[in-house]
Amino acid sequence: MKKRYLLLALIVLSAASLFVGVSSISPLDLLDVRSEETQIFLISRLPRLVAILLAGAGMSIAGLIMQQLSRNKFVSPTTAGTLDATRLGILVSMLLFANASMLEKMAVAFAFALAGTFVFMQILDRIKFKDTIFIPLVGLMFGNILSSVTTFFAYRADVIQNMSAWLQGDFSMIMKGRYELLYISIPILIIAYFYANRFTVAGMGEDFSKNLGLAYRRVVNIGLILVALVTTTVVLTVGIIPFLGLIIPNIISIFKGDHLQKTLPHTAILGAIFLLICDILGRVLIYPYEISISLMVGVIGSGIFLYLLFRRKAYA
Amino acid sequence: MIQVRALSKLYGKKPVVEDVTVDIQPRKITSFIGPNGAGKSTLLSMVSRLLDSDTGEVLIDKFDVKKMKSNEFAKKVSILKQSNYMNVRLTIRELVSFGRFPYSKGRLTEEDERIVDQSLDYMHLTEMQDSFLDELSGGQRQRAFIAMVIAQDTEYILLDEPLNNLDMKHSVQIMKILRRLVDELGKTVVIVLHDINFASVYSDRIVAMKDGKVVKDGPTEEIIQSDALKEIYDMDIPIQEIGSCRICVYFSS
Repeated sequence: MKKRYLLLALIVLSAASLFVGVSSISPLDLLDVRSEETQIFLISRLPRLVAILLAGAGMSIAGLIMQQLSRNKFVSPTTAGTLDATRLGILVSMLLFANASMLEKMAVAFAFALAGTFVFMQILDRIKFKDTIFIPLVGLMFGNILSSVTTFFAYRADVIQNMSAWLQGDFSMIMKGRYELLYISIPILIIAYFYANRFTVAGMGEDFSKNLGLAYRRVVNIGLILVALVTTTVVLTVGIIPFLGLIIPNIISIFKGDHLQKTLPHTAILGAIFLLICDILGRVLIYPYEISISLMVGVIGSGIFLYLLFRRKAYA
Repeated sequence: MIQVRALSKLYGKKPVVEDVTVDIQPRKITSFIGPNGAGKSTLLSMVSRLLDSDTGEVLIDKFDVKKMKSNEFAKKVSILKQSNYMNVRLTIRELVSFGRFPYSKGRLTEEDERIVDQSLDYMHLTEMQDSFLDELSGGQRQRAFIAMVIAQDTEYILLDEPLNNLDMKHSVQIMKILRRLVDELGKTVVIVLHDINFASVYSDRIVAMKDGKVVKDGPTEEIIQSDALKEIYDMDIPIQEIGSCRICVYFSS
């Protein structure tokens, strides 16, 4: 898995993504800045592409960091309750502030995502039985409990319909003015890269980290904050994209190992590629309608996840 | 020199390490022996700051370890705990490079690369340096960890039961390497061992612990005596001299 091939695939798919859609746009149309095609391109297509790239890279890196810090290959925002905690946070923000602005929602959802992830890590610390499969199951149960709390209050407050919009990841609603929050992922990815070596050391355990003079707790906390931030921005703008943070880091790990400084760029790029493929397929399969991205990723992702489970003994 | 002064650790109300005072001589192998639950590993963890002590202090070269910065401490003392649970997929070279983390925070200088090369060479791992750790046998993995500790280049090396899960051949190999670290590189090695014969054959000094206290502390030949071992293990253990080695024949006592 050479970085250069991944980059090439990313560029080709990005270009394809820009010119696939209900209204046909050709590169020539863009020469006329005032044409309708150019407007669609700038208001819808380009934001959609940027959103896909940022969400794909962001969720994959969030998963990678979680797997490293929890020392379990099957932990990710999907399997650790982070996504469910984020949704609960969005509900709370909707109930507290009737017309919550994006930033208010963001702040409350972030606080919940962070708290949820911390609680999961605390549970992890206390479990004696550290089986690779058992831990993500605990995370899924924890997530489902949060999720049922969300459903209960959403039902009481009559906002179920409203909430389900956050449940389904969907890029078709992405337009200029509705996705800019995702740009927060860029500095996060840079910080993650800066911390890559520390995360790798932390992944070898607390004693090991202390032996090398690493401030273990602080590094873990920073990692969880990054994860919660990325997850919140993605859920708020796109919705829930399952499995991405689970499968992409695992695929890279098989080929390149777990030295984060070396694998972080690959993980980010492959995450973006995978999401692009799912999005393009979703747009083409039942043209002119669209299959939502969470369904596409769910179907393809769960297949890959099963494959990873079955070949687990070979590498994990 | 490592000086342990009146060190205690309680789990709940039960003392695991109780009022331990012991000096660890520089440039020697000191083995900690004793029955299970004697507090050997706990003591080692406190010396290496993995665990906080409840009372007492540990001085390394006259400095209180609690007051040292973690980064400076990591350049002075390294500890290897028995970690069977390691599912990070790194190559041997990547692991050994992390031994330089206290110095370079992962951005390796030429000097660091040179030290990594030397450490790999010293442990005869140069040829397999690009293999992943999870593809290695127990003995090879243990050698990789020791190579990392060598790259960390600390004066003091602490090992908690490094022979666990190793077969005879690899155990002997590891002990010989530790001996070389002391004799050739002038390191100070402190090691928790279960097999008293390995302690007898390879160490300079032995500290015996029982119920959280130090019961014997002295040069190896003074501790490997039937009456001293009776006090430590509560067993009658005859000792045979074979070549220059004193072997404890504890199997039928």
